Amino acid sequence: MIRFLAVRVSLIAITLLVVSAAIFAVTEVLPGDIAWQVLGQGATPENLAVVRERLDLNRPAYVRYFDWVIHAVQGDLGDSYIQTRPIYEIVKPRIYNSAILAVFAFMVSVPTAVITGVWAGIRRDSWGDHAVSVSSLVAISVPEFVTGIFLIVIFSSTLGLLPSSSLLLPGTGPLSRPEILVLPALTLTGVLFAYIMRMTRANVIEVMDTHYVRTAILKGITMRRVIFRHVIPNAMIPTISIIAVSIGWMIGGLIIVENVFAYPGLGRLLLVAIQSRDVPLIQALALLIAAIYAVSNLIADLSYGLLNPRIRLG
Amino acid sequence: MASVFTSNNSLLGVASLAVVSGFQKTIRNLKLALRTTAGRIGLPLVLLHITLTLFGPAFAPFEATELHLDNQLEAPSARFLLGTDEFGRDILSRVMTGARSIILVSVAGAALGISLGTIVGMSSGFRGGRVDEIVMRVMDGLMSFPSLLIALLVLTSLGSSQINIVGTIGIVFTPTVSRVMRSITLSLKTQEFVLSARLRGEPTAYIIFREILPNTIPVLAVEASVRLSYAILLASSLGFLGLGVQPPSPDWGLMISESRRFITVAPWVALTPAVAVASLVVGVNLFTDGLRQAQGLPKGDTL
Repeated sequence: MIRFLAVRVSLIAITLLVVSAAIFAVTEVLPGDIAWQVLGQGATPENLAVVRERLDLNRPAYVRYFDWVIHAVQGDLGDSYIQTRPIYEIVKPRIYNSAILAVFAFMVSVPTAVITGVWAGIRRDSWGDHAVSVSSLVAISVPEFVTGIFLIVIFSSTLGLLPSSSLLLPGTGPLSRPEILVLPALTLTGVLFAYIMRMTRANVIEVMDTHYVRTAILKGITMRRVIFRHVIPNAMIPTISIIAVSIGWMIGGLIIVENVFAYPGLGRLLLVAIQSRDVPLIQALALLIAAIYAVSNLIADLSYGLLNPRIRLG
Repeated sequence: MASVFTSNNSLLGVASLAVVSGFQKTIRNLKLALRTTAGRIGLPLVLLHITLTLFGPAFAPFEATELHLDNQLEAPSARFLLGTDEFGRDILSRVMTGARSIILVSVAGAALGISLGTIVGMSSGFRGGRVDEIVMRVMDGLMSFPSLLIALLVLTSLGSSQINIVGTIGIVFTPTVSRVMRSITLSLKTQEFVLSARLRGEPTAYIIFREILPNTIPVLAVEASVRLSYAILLASSLGFLGLGVQPPSPDWGLMISESRRFITVAPWVALTPAVAVASLVVGVNLFTDGLRQAQGLPKGDTL
């Protein structure tokens, strides 16, 4: 177990190192010069020189890369070019906001999705199952920004129940105005729910087809007992790792949803950084998101290994 | 020298044969897919969007960029069937014209991802050993990064153009496709027909293209269909985030994000492109499901 963990953590470290090099290369080396990106249209030779000086671009790229990585490992992500203050300070409240939204969406979607999935799976090919399958297929097909728009039209424009954007006063957290969380979380929930529900249903169906479940049914024990003692425990093992995988998967959704509702999280910050060509901030955010993603994938693998006695770890 | 020539010729000949038999199989599966409910709803939706792609701009009542400054944010009427946007542009025409760019970009991106993934996955799986291990680690590394983030980074630094979007989608999809193709190659390469081809001394390319590839076509068809729906999701999301087609050309995602400001006064501006994207992806996914059922695979639960 410890060996497995050590291997995986070092693999993550290597992955992140490679990823950091890729991020650095993509944002710095490829299109000629970072100062050009920052300045865009307003690039004159004098401006370029000033920006190069400010961003320390006169040193070779590999020196700056190692400098960046060493500082990032120590928790120092550098300064934002546009906001001219430490990225750490800018990012900290955003991480909190995004986490609140993610946790909120997760707590709504996971239990409902698992229950619905089990319910549909044990009634395979019934009308209820078909209805759930078709609606979840639709939910999974519709991009998050489209779901968000539909929800805004229904709940803000038409019914006037909820705010259509999730702007916050500076210095306040989303919990001070919980109503702004509802629509973003609901949007995020739609896709998550559909994804987890479909996977749960598939797992339940698979277990229902096994010999041991057939034996249990033929032994004459009640269906209730078959389902709770035989089907659900076995179907939950892959389901739980899918839930963990969807943590990472949700990050893509967060980027979109936060921008639909102007919710002040990491995803919104990333797009603002991209639009204002704040290269140091883009690099820091990309690295941060990659790290979150890698850690949630590790949790997925670990939970699978811990829960499934048939898999022996390391 | 002569032998090299003949084997090359026969390789070309049989490769085209393989494609023909693959086509026949695909057509048979398409027919079967049409007998499922999912396929029956999905295919017409897909056909509708294909028609828009081909003839959308020709059938549109107005030019997509034509301004009617007296008719800004007008509600649906007889003249503007689905209303107008903030510049008085006809929304129906913009949606009809915008179909082409998103569909072409998604199809091209998915096709690129499928081709790259197939080549990488099949050759890596067939080769096996150390090379296979390294290739798959690289693919894992690519997958350990959210695809939307890769796309955002690449497009930010290279600049957004249709070619760049297609390339990004292709690269992002390569690892997933190559995993699928590798695993099916691994299971096929120990089968007797492949072993006997090896014993006959056939060249590797012949075995991969003539013996293995035709047997993967059912899986490949489903994978292509799944990838297409993800490509549409990714391309339209990029458009929404402002990294897709640049204005004033109509892009569904961009139309939605620009209409976001007037959503309380003029919801129709956002709703029409929203319905367009949704119906396209739903159509493709239902069609995929039909295709799966036609091949006796379980309903769409392998994402």
